[in-house]
Amino acid sequence: MSAVTKAGPATPAGSARPLAKARPLGDRAFALLALVAGLLVLVILVLIVVSTAQQSTSWFSTAGWSGIFSTVWNPATNQFGAMAFLYGTVIVSLIAIIISVPASVSIALLLTEVVPRRWAQPIVYVVDLLAVVPSVVWGLWGIIIFVPWVAPIYASIASGVHGIPVLDSLFGSPTAGASFFTAGLILAVMITPIITSLSREVIATVPQTDKEGAYALGATRWEMIRGAVWPHSQGGVVGAILVGLGRAMGETIAVALVAGSSAEVTSHLFAPGYPIAGVIVNQFPEASGEFRAALIGLGLLLFVITILVNLTARGFVERSARRMRGTS
Amino acid sequence: MSVVSDQTVDLREPTNWRRTKNRIATVVMWVAFVATLVPLILVLYTVVSKGIGAISWQFLSGSPIPPNIMPLGTGGMGPAVVGTLIITGFAALISIPLGVLGAVYINEYGGKGWLAKFIAFMADVMTGVPSIVMGLFIFTIWVLHFGYSGLAGSFALACLMLPIVIRSTYEMLLLVPNHLREASYALGATKSRVTLTVVLPAAVGGIVSGALLAVARAAGETAPLVLVILTVEATNTNLFSGANTALSTQIFVNAQSPYVGAEARAWGAALTLIVISFLLMIIARVVTARFTRYTR
Repeated sequence: MSAVTKAGPATPAGSARPLAKARPLGDRAFALLALVAGLLVLVILVLIVVSTAQQSTSWFSTAGWSGIFSTVWNPATNQFGAMAFLYGTVIVSLIAIIISVPASVSIALLLTEVVPRRWAQPIVYVVDLLAVVPSVVWGLWGIIIFVPWVAPIYASIASGVHGIPVLDSLFGSPTAGASFFTAGLILAVMITPIITSLSREVIATVPQTDKEGAYALGATRWEMIRGAVWPHSQGGVVGAILVGLGRAMGETIAVALVAGSSAEVTSHLFAPGYPIAGVIVNQFPEASGEFRAALIGLGLLLFVITILVNLTARGFVERSARRMRGTS
Repeated sequence: MSVVSDQTVDLREPTNWRRTKNRIATVVMWVAFVATLVPLILVLYTVVSKGIGAISWQFLSGSPIPPNIMPLGTGGMGPAVVGTLIITGFAALISIPLGVLGAVYINEYGGKGWLAKFIAFMADVMTGVPSIVMGLFIFTIWVLHFGYSGLAGSFALACLMLPIVIRSTYEMLLLVPNHLREASYALGATKSRVTLTVVLPAAVGGIVSGALLAVARAAGETAPLVLVILTVEATNTNLFSGANTALSTQIFVNAQSPYVGAEARAWGAALTLIVISFLLMIIARVVTARFTRYTR
């Protein structure tokens, strides 16, 4: 309002000149405030790296490369090797991805291509409920209900595959209810909503003309999905899977409760394991000195891995988005 | 379209095998959906059936939290309920205004500049930062200097909520049509006035529901709280000093306890937490349905 009165009758009508020379102070202050809030994201990300690196330097310097990547973790003797935990994180999240991806992509296709639009929304709500159940509740259910229930099943599978070359080393004994596989299963359920919703967004961008073209050529729905939808959304779905992988690696409490808490590198999926996030939350409260530095260092390691996975994921999504613009 | 050229094109009625394959695919998709429902139903059923017995006014408000060995019926989860409410509430108070402002910068001020694009990208990346890492981060920059407190928990939760709020607000601001902005500029309004009185009110439904979903996620967050607030048995209403406790951390502690009473209290706390999260989600849906003016 004030700008109008300031300009006065001297400004000719239709002039492109700004009406007021200086923007009011409040306006500039608000712009600055918004900029600061935006920059906060970058500040936090930088501070995460700086502060955790600073607090864990003593681990990195005393342990050295060989110490960090050793499999020995023994706080009593000040030996802090991260290898068993890295292995645990990778195996558990791979299991989660292998189980979750077919289900998530199927549900995404169901929502976009099969179900009529007004049914799709309720299904989305239901799948999203999985994400609303807190991690700690999955962990509680996992440790009290699921682990005792599944333990005899693992044991009978183990005795069933006994002596068969590859299967024996994957699914053979030793077995325990709280294991790599249990953690992977629970993670799979937890990351299904995110993979589903991201894949659905990608699949929804497939041009209607491509789909109708496939149908016009006499394709069945499945052939249409394989021929028109899949080539189009491949890249984006890979991005969605990677975002899910990042989530699985960072998920903490459920895994801390059901993975079995045993720092071991073993090919046996039914044996207890120990992912990075789990060891941090379980041991941090009683850690100090070098021990604490090692746990913070593990956190930094986890941060770097998940950031790399997320950056790659965004790269895939960007690239597929660009290709989509090219074709449509 | 090269995309369909590798298919064998047959203009006759689909053969039986092709129809069967199509049917198998459809069935597989439905099976995947139903298979996903199974764990959801199992968890909700278990939590409700085991938790409902523990819930009482005494359980929700009683204090202190009894030792794990005590049976259900002594003390209550009051301290944890208070902790969850004040810690999550203050986290929302910090992160929602900052997140909305950040989104305003990205969409209204930064425009197509590299900085705005970079911040939007990094906010996306930041949603992938594990919650445990946020806990370690707040531990190193705050707890090491100022000690354990509910405030540290609020900071950790706020860091987790910030990118979610930015993301959802940003998407809502994109939907506000430009002619609204142009109309108010034409009336001589300054940019801050346009943003505060025209753009944000137009998007308020989506912004509120996005913020509520972020709060729902934060209320169930456990890992960072275990690191920065510890757990206590007595109610601590002072957010700014002294160790505190929360429903989620109590569930985590009790889940590892062998005692029946502790387990029963864990189920009760889990039911309380799920009810809080679901209520927030339902309110978010209602807000979206009632107040959203612009949709994709």
